Amino acid sequence: MNAAPPLFEVRDLRVAFGRNGVFAEAVRGVSLHVNHGEVLGIVGESGSGKSVGMLAALGLQPEGARVTGSVRFKGQELVGLPRRTLRHLRGSRIAMIFQDPLSSLNPVMTIGDQIAEAVFLHNPDMSRKAVIERATDLLALVSIPQPDRRLHQFPHEFSGGMRQRVMIAMAVANDPDLLIADEPTTALDVTVQAQIMEVLADLQARLKLGLILITHDLGVLAGHADRVAVVYAGQVVEQAGVDDLFARPGHPYTRGLIASIPDMTIERERLFSIDGTPPALGRLPVGCAFNPRCIAAQDICRQTAPVTTGAPEHTAACHFAFQTVEAAR
Amino acid sequence: MTRYILRRLLAMPFLVLGIVTLAFLLTSVTKGDPLTAIVSDRQMNNPEVVAAAKAKWGLDRSLPERYVIYVGNLLTGDMGTSFITRRPVAQDVLYRLPATMELVTAAMIVGATIGIGLGVLAAYFHNTVIDHAARLFALFGSSIPVFWMGLALLYIFSVQWGILPGPGRLDARATPPPMVTGFMTIDTLIAGDFRLFIDAVWHLILPAFVLGWAVAGTISRLVRANMLEVLSREFILTARAKGAGEFRVVIRHALRNTMVPTLTVIGYSFAYLLTGAVLTETIFSWPGMGSYAVDAARGLDFPAIIGVTIVGGVVFLVTNLLTDIAYVFANPRVRLG
Ligand SMILES: Nc1ncnc2c1ncn2[C@@H]1O[C@H](COP(=O)(O)OP(=O)(O)OP(=O)(O)O)[C@@H](O)[C@H]1O
Ligand code: SF4
Ligand SMILES: [Mg+2]
Repeated sequence: MNAAPPLFEVRDLRVAFGRNGVFAEAVRGVSLHVNHGEVLGIVGESGSGKSVGMLAALGLQPEGARVTGSVRFKGQELVGLPRRTLRHLRGSRIAMIFQDPLSSLNPVMTIGDQIAEAVFLHNPDMSRKAVIERATDLLALVSIPQPDRRLHQFPHEFSGGMRQRVMIAMAVANDPDLLIADEPTTALDVTVQAQIMEVLADLQARLKLGLILITHDLGVLAGHADRVAVVYAGQVVEQAGVDDLFARPGHPYTRGLIASIPDMTIERERLFSIDGTPPALGRLPVGCAFNPRCIAAQDICRQTAPVTTGAPEHTAACHFAFQTVEAAR
Repeated sequence: MTRYILRRLLAMPFLVLGIVTLAFLLTSVTKGDPLTAIVSDRQMNNPEVVAAAKAKWGLDRSLPERYVIYVGNLLTGDMGTSFITRRPVAQDVLYRLPATMELVTAAMIVGATIGIGLGVLAAYFHNTVIDHAARLFALFGSSIPVFWMGLALLYIFSVQWGILPGPGRLDARATPPPMVTGFMTIDTLIAGDFRLFIDAVWHLILPAFVLGWAVAGTISRLVRANMLEVLSREFILTARAKGAGEFRVVIRHALRNTMVPTLTVIGYSFAYLLTGAVLTETIFSWPGMGSYAVDAARGLDFPAIIGVTIVGGVVFLVTNLLTDIAYVFANPRVRLG
């Protein structure tokens, strides 16, 4: 089988921030891929480099960040591409939505203008009328009632869930191949979180989107992802098909995350949580980055960093990968 | 919003009345004999004139009665007669106000354009040479007195290099167009004389720049600070993620979000420009309200001083109102009820 390149492939991506000439890596050699029409979940704690990594992959890293590695979209290398070329891909072939839909929308532009902008930026020859029609259709697509009236309103006149629908409408405006959703429900009320996930899942299936779903919550991925990448301190520590991951977690961190999913701990007295906090930028422990918090940590974990092992469809980076805690001891 | 504007408009007459009252009281309190504020020294010996003035302004009556009469005269457009020009103050003011407005408007355009442009550049290229140069430019503008700068630039550009004309609104040899609006740039166009129009614009450049520089400095600092804040907001990332180019990101998305404070500072800098115009007009022999006010003050020309105070106050009120209205339009979240 002569495999076509994956839709999106990241290899050894590193993002470093400099302070007074000293660089510290927030993303430390991430490799992952998404196939056409596939949903990849990326899960990890706050500060693990999920946002910075994905933004850097699209050339949207914060000012002063140093980005190395390789990012290929349909085989085309994106790192080092001229700004102009990258710009044509963004919003047309690759779209992105963010955590907080209020701050992600321009407060002084109408919803209609913002959606229309997404359309005409990549269809400069389209007539104004056609652009507005398309914007109306897009609002209807994400189930916003009375779209032609809503087009003339401003973001502050929308509820949180409605705003995120607008962001989604904008993202799919040009029928992209890949959508990166960075914690699309974190900032929303619990009651609307499920609705937004439904809209996303529905569009993903209908438009056959490749979807990267970034989240803190492994539980969300159980129902929505095909594959999952678990990141810790700027590295992918485990990568597997979603069922395989839940059935056979290979990394102690993943096991901890699974144990802390509320639904799965109903019978336990209290919700499990992993003790401690992730290392701050540039303050990595020697050896395995997870060792200060790992219940399975041994001497070797405090001396050498583990390498990634396992079959291609299920990898983990742990000295004792795929072994039970007891076996590790 | 319409209600807000209406309410502001309704309040205007009362504010104007306040200014009139203040101007009236100040001059009647400071001057021993109010007659000398209306009749010039020379005409004092002319009993007919004195009697007429006394009757007209009710000088033999009490202060409140005189006040009512003064306001009544004002309503018919009568502000008394200037000692110096011997023309009705209202007529002088009407003739000179457009010259000042033209200068101030030009200074405002210069100041706002340079200020916004520099502010945007300084923010986008913050902590680079461009940013430092913009800061220096702003510092010069706000620390060098208008008076000194006017003389220096006039000397350099007009006397030394001869690339810009000297004082005045038009070339001394030119015949001014018939006065329609009083704006030289507009009247020359109405008269269909394009060369005269160019001459008028040419004469406007230096005084407008001198007056606008300080304002440009203030605006550029404010725009820079606001742009820096806005550029770090998430919707800027959204715009880039949509595929918007840097120009669109900076102008359409970022700059538009700084328009509210920018418009406010531009509007309120009008007061500064009106004050600055006094000195600028003197240096550039600009026949506006400023040089009129200076002459009036020098010659203790009280009718003229009251007139200038009232008109200046009204102009100030109107621009503040316009600023507030623009503020509402620029910010959809403000709903003034
Ligand atoms: N502009 C910046 N300058 C310096 N460090 C930064 C900058 N932006 C992010 N970082 C650092 O990069 C690291 C990763 O941040 P990132 O936002 O990618 O985390 P995340 O996984 O998306 O977290 P969250 O779940 O909270 O969104 C953090 O330690 C953060 O401090
Ligand atoms: S390498 Fe050691 S410390 Fe790191 S996750 Fe595995 S067992 Fe824990
Ligand atoms: Mg994030």
